[in-house]
Amino acid sequence: MDIYREQIIDLYEHPLNYGELETADFSYEEDNPLCGDVIRIDVQLDDNHRVAQVAWQGNGCAISQASASLLTEEIKGMALADLKSFSAERLLELVGVPLSQARRKCALLSLKVLQVGAASVSTPSANLPNRPDE
Amino acid sequence: MLDVDKIREDFPILNVEAYPGVPLVYLDSAATSQKPHVVIEAMDAYYRQINANVHRGIHRLSEEATNAYEAAREKVARFINAPDSSQIIYVRNATEGFNLVAYSWGRHNLQAGDEILLTEMEHHANLVPWHILAEEKGVVIRYIPFQADGTLDLTNLDALLTEKTKLFSFTAVSNVFGTINPVKQLVAAGHAVDAVVMVDAAQAVPHTAVDVQDWDCDFMTFSGHKMCGPTGIGILYGKRHLLEEMPPFMGGGDMIKRVTLAGSTWNDVPWKFEAGTPSIAEGIGLGTAVDYLSSIGMDAIHAHEQFITNYALEALSEVKGIILYGPPASHRAGVATFTLQGMHPHDISEVVDKDGIAIRAGHHCAMPLHQRLGVNATARASFYLHTTTGEIDKLAASLIRTRKLFRL
Repeated sequence: MDIYREQIIDLYEHPLNYGELETADFSYEEDNPLCGDVIRIDVQLDDNHRVAQVAWQGNGCAISQASASLLTEEIKGMALADLKSFSAERLLELVGVPLSQARRKCALLSLKVLQVGAASVSTPSANLPNRPDE
Repeated sequence: MLDVDKIREDFPILNVEAYPGVPLVYLDSAATSQKPHVVIEAMDAYYRQINANVHRGIHRLSEEATNAYEAAREKVARFINAPDSSQIIYVRNATEGFNLVAYSWGRHNLQAGDEILLTEMEHHANLVPWHILAEEKGVVIRYIPFQADGTLDLTNLDALLTEKTKLFSFTAVSNVFGTINPVKQLVAAGHAVDAVVMVDAAQAVPHTAVDVQDWDCDFMTFSGHKMCGPTGIGILYGKRHLLEEMPPFMGGGDMIKRVTLAGSTWNDVPWKFEAGTPSIAEGIGLGTAVDYLSSIGMDAIHAHEQFITNYALEALSEVKGIILYGPPASHRAGVATFTLQGMHPHDISEVVDKDGIAIRAGHHCAMPLHQRLGVNATARASFYLHTTTGEIDKLAASLIRTRKLFRL
């Protein structure tokens, strides 16, 4: 079964960057109402507005959860502007398994969460309040 | 007992392979049923031979189309034992049935402080229209809770159902648990406080003999596509005096008697509620579905589903790590809802799909029910007159393989 290749099951069992950050420059949470997947991502930026720390938590299907591990691993050190332009194709390539239209939504939930969160940080500034969504 | 092999020949799609060399195991009839060839052919014949608009033309085709469309209404009336076919209103589906009552009866009859009583096991179709109405009118909504076994907890019914309750609406059969609710008892309890009582029969009419006069409900609604009929057609049944007093739901052609620039007068029921060109082929298809189900017999269908459900609950309970929801087979319709520990239902559905097995995964349009269960989704296998024990065995075997794949 291609879609459940070893790496997906590994990440489902042992997620990367799982947890939450004490202080974050932005954090955002959303669910996929179709299946009830939930993902929250916390990001802390450094002085150069690059990703210094990232953590995520949530629950849901293997695809959505593995995708969150892969995405958060990929964006470490990435500039805020690059987060905003991170393409869906790039994440799907990272996930690397053939997905139906319905399951693409599972895979892309983490990216949506990241980008809505990132959009709330308009101009890079060191004085942003924590967790602007709360 | 049903001759299931023979019945399976009636459904062309059951010969379709899910994947090359993998036969289809369709266990998602509660979402939508498959269609017997007689229904498909009746709709085809309408378009090929008598396609015309109804209630309008004087020409032969229009007359034949009208006759076929109205004959289907008669068949539906007899099928649910409605006193008269004028009490059978064509809608798109049960969802539209609820919306029609909410917008037409509800807006007209409910005021701030009035109460609507629902249950925590309702489908969104029997929740959201009332939420919209409650927001607009300041109506209060209360809910009957369910117990761990998926049956309603009626211990506090007297406190929930009071003289403030103007509408009591509940499902006859839960689309998640399969629970068969005590409809007659609940209708009588509602009438004891002078509430109008509406029944969601979307999961009842396809699977068991329903008699609206025996239930004594004021409104009842169901969808055609879950009972071997096409999509886009459903039924709202109502008691005559209520239908007569209600204002129209939508305005347009066919629902009027006379229109002047100053205003309009409404057509008689049921047409008062049927604005615009209706789903003619679908109505005819639904009538044929009623004929088909009647020819097999609703009691025989119900008995077969009881047998299959019993078999399924036993077979599935053998799967390690499974949690089954809902009452024992004796109290439930043909539904088995479950989760596997350590797996999301979407993953379960995706893996068994590769074995050709179609089951539903998600919240089944019953999010409040899942919130009460404390899970964000479940997997659901649902059965119909063509389901075999061999298909249940395939599901159980596939679930065991699914667990292995996830290293459980």
